[in-house]
Amino acid sequence: MSLTKAERTIILSMWDKISSQADAIGTQALERLFTSYPQTKTYFPHFDLHPGSPHLHMHGAKVVAALGDAVKSIDNIAGALAKLSELHAYILRVDPVNFKVGAGLGSWREPGARGGAGSRLKVLRPAPSTPPPVPGRSRSRPPALQLLSHCLLVTVASHFPADFTADAHTAWDKFLSIVSSVLTEKYR
Amino acid sequence: MVHFSPEEKAAITSLWGKVNVEEAGGEALGRLLVVYPWTQRFFDNFGNLSSASAILGNPKVKAHGKKVLTSFGEAIKNMDNLKGTFAKLSELHCDKLHVDPENFRLLGNVLVIILASHFGKEFTPSVQAAWQKLMAGVATALAHKYH
Repeated sequence: MSLTKAERTIILSMWDKISSQADAIGTQALERLFTSYPQTKTYFPHFDLHPGSPHLHMHGAKVVAALGDAVKSIDNIAGALAKLSELHAYILRVDPVNFKVGAGLGSWREPGARGGAGSRLKVLRPAPSTPPPVPGRSRSRPPALQLLSHCLLVTVASHFPADFTADAHTAWDKFLSIVSSVLTEKYR
Repeated sequence: MVHFSPEEKAAITSLWGKVNVEEAGGEALGRLLVVYPWTQRFFDNFGNLSSASAILGNPKVKAHGKKVLTSFGEAIKNMDNLKGTFAKLSELHCDKLHVDPENFRLLGNVLVIILASHFGKEFTPSVQAAWQKLMAGVATALAHKYH
């Protein structure tokens, strides 16, 4: 999965607005993450995670700054985030089952596999470009980095609704998926 | 069974009262098809899905989106019995529609994002958390009868 030219343009054009509120956006994304998905707090026992805490503020700013590095090197995100990738693999070790490239890849069943006269999916379609399944992905435990990506999207959508068109949503979702996959590249 | 606190129920129902179900439904389904194009596999007969604007303007997408979101409205009226409420729909999605339950989670998240863009600051982290809980409950209920 890689970004099209149009998607890169969208991301670059929105980045100025986002980075002008980097601290607020990063902080809010983390607040949303810890409120909706309390299990993610297990990675921050050393932080005060209450809303308004300086730790949240500091870490939120860090996360958005890292995204900024990826945006500035959007043609080489792996290179831009190489050190962070090592940090996540060797030091932070957020559960890799918890990293997913692209949301919700369920089983890619052939149309009509379940058979039955009522099947609406009668004709075999050529499979659209499907991201490959991530080994060991657990459906009962949504991935931590994916949850953070989702909360970043929610935060950006709530701050910049007019800019967050369906195409922008796609571009950002893909971008964050790529960032997540770079961060887990070196796990083993 | 998912249990919703009085605060969570209030957060959900008060926001829901301000949602234009027809518009939001079309937008939610449309965005699902745009952002996760592989989900178009379930909508062969919907006509032109060739671009974001085609999808979002497509009358069948809008109509079906409205249908889907109307049924969410039923969930909100029955938050204490999501599995019962969605039992028949669950069978339908398994036996006739052959939809992988992962797609319910995807749609739930798209809907949360749309609510965020419509309600901005009002869609606080706690309001979001209540809605994420509802989405997870609905997704689980819809998958419950799968076999």
